[in-house]
Amino acid sequence: MKIMVAVKQVLALDEGFTIRADGRDVEEEYFVRDLNEWDDFSLEAAVQIKEAGGQEAGDEVEVLVVSVGPDSVDESLRKCLAKGADRALRVWDESMAGSDPIAIGRILAAVARREAPALLFAGVQSSDQSFASTGIATAAFLGWPHAAVVSSLEYRAAASRALFRRELEGGLLQEGEIECPAVLTIQLGIATPRYASLRAIKQAAAKPIEVLSLADLTLEAGEVGEAGSASRVRRMYVPEKGRAALIEGTPAEQAARLAAIIREFKGAA
Amino acid sequence: MSEILLIAEQRRGELRPVSLELISAAQGIRRPEDRVAIAVLHERPGSFIEALGFAGVDEIVTVKVATGEFDPDTHEAALAALIGARAPEVVLVPHSVDSFGYAAALAARLSLGLATDVFRLERDAGELVATRGGYGQKVSVEVDFPGRRTVLLAVRSNVFKPPEGRASPPVTEFAAPACRSRTTLEQFIEPPGADDVDMTSAEFILSIGRGIGEEANVETFRELADAVGATLGCSRPIADAGWLPKSRQVGQSGKTATACKLYIAMGVSGAIQHLAGMKHVTTIIAVNSDAGASIFSVATFGIVGDIFEIAEELRRHF
Repeated sequence: MKIMVAVKQVLALDEGFTIRADGRDVEEEYFVRDLNEWDDFSLEAAVQIKEAGGQEAGDEVEVLVVSVGPDSVDESLRKCLAKGADRALRVWDESMAGSDPIAIGRILAAVARREAPALLFAGVQSSDQSFASTGIATAAFLGWPHAAVVSSLEYRAAASRALFRRELEGGLLQEGEIECPAVLTIQLGIATPRYASLRAIKQAAAKPIEVLSLADLTLEAGEVGEAGSASRVRRMYVPEKGRAALIEGTPAEQAARLAAIIREFKGAA
Repeated sequence: MSEILLIAEQRRGELRPVSLELISAAQGIRRPEDRVAIAVLHERPGSFIEALGFAGVDEIVTVKVATGEFDPDTHEAALAALIGARAPEVVLVPHSVDSFGYAAALAARLSLGLATDVFRLERDAGELVATRGGYGQKVSVEVDFPGRRTVLLAVRSNVFKPPEGRASPPVTEFAAPACRSRTTLEQFIEPPGADDVDMTSAEFILSIGRGIGEEANVETFRELADAVGATLGCSRPIADAGWLPKSRQVGQSGKTATACKLYIAMGVSGAIQHLAGMKHVTTIIAVNSDAGASIFSVATFGIVGDIFEIAEELRRHF
């Protein structure tokens, strides 16, 4: 049995970042790369199913991490290998630059067709662009059942079904059952992500990362990148934001001012 | 003439407030000749007609489906048929947990233009332009949809004011195609009740986030909260780690601090999901060592500094 975990290397912005001359993105030198926060949880959920044994099915569980991006993404994939993924696969072609969640979903669906996992996990959303779309778009291209915002999960291999809870607004939960293969988008907190041991990090550094191209997936350049996307960025800008009035001084002075605000509030209440 | 089709959202028989906000969102992009229709999917969709009767709506479409509650396959099949039949120019849906489960799927299946978590929509020379946040909301991103006949936009809640003027727009029925659902969604489970607190009624909250570092430090802030007379709250990572009960989590998937007048956020970065829970607060004071933290853009007062030092100093005053 195989679990495919779609992961994303997200981009945070360094202080003092500037917008690119064409006004459509941030200057690349300000990007700080890291594995998407949500993906740490979906990987952990997959590794825990693997460790629980898949005994019911009597076969090994393989955890495959997949990401779309240039070779800088290898660093995030190695992090996943160090945290328990068995294999890592990266898809890239220059034509994929600028892909939105729909284009990425099309690529991930092509990978899933090759790999035929029983479960496909993706994070609920990414911490950089917060589309909350990639996993479910992938499911649509595959024609697979799907559930979004899964906060707990139990896979029943023999029945080829998964029991899950999804987390709704306000913390309300809902129980459900889904036929597999299925795509589930995984919510923060589903499990406690582990730290990679030094030994695991060393081992991961030596593991190969498979790389697939457009042709390997029998996709056309027009189906990915900006051409295959459902929206186009016109302009990016730094919004006018409110700014807190800063309380300056030594910690003692700052605390004294804070204490005064609290007293004022309590006096009025 | 083109149509703006709104998809209302309900849960357990109650219309969710964001459904009505869509009506207001639509007014900003409608041209004089455009029509606004709002559709509701339910086993008894007629029960929502009155709740949807507002000025600005030209038609209410009742879509009868097999279930009362959201289910991805049913929703997707019914909406794909509805969009196919009406060929709207724009479809507005709430950006919500339910739409996470169908919006991108519809866009993928029907080759729609798509933008989610949209907080502004407008027309520029007739062309639809949507604005959303990027890079952890540090930038605003304007997107457009060249060549798309229909564009689906998932609209952020609490941005557009609900409409006021009531009306009785005509009602039409739409027959959804039969659909075998591969997902069974069963009962709802209420969030864990307040252990000893009700965050929604607390007037003074001291909230802690990832910045506290480790579980052993929770006690320091619990004592501080007690000393100053605040209710101790937290952001998601603290509740997920089990350091405080879920009932103390403020944010989209936790509690909304509806009665709060003073909110002190210590070591809270200010993720959008957390900010959603503190939108009613009168005065926010943020203490964070990262001057670039998002929390400072919503706070009234800010202290850039070490939360432990500030906590220790503050403790001397109470």
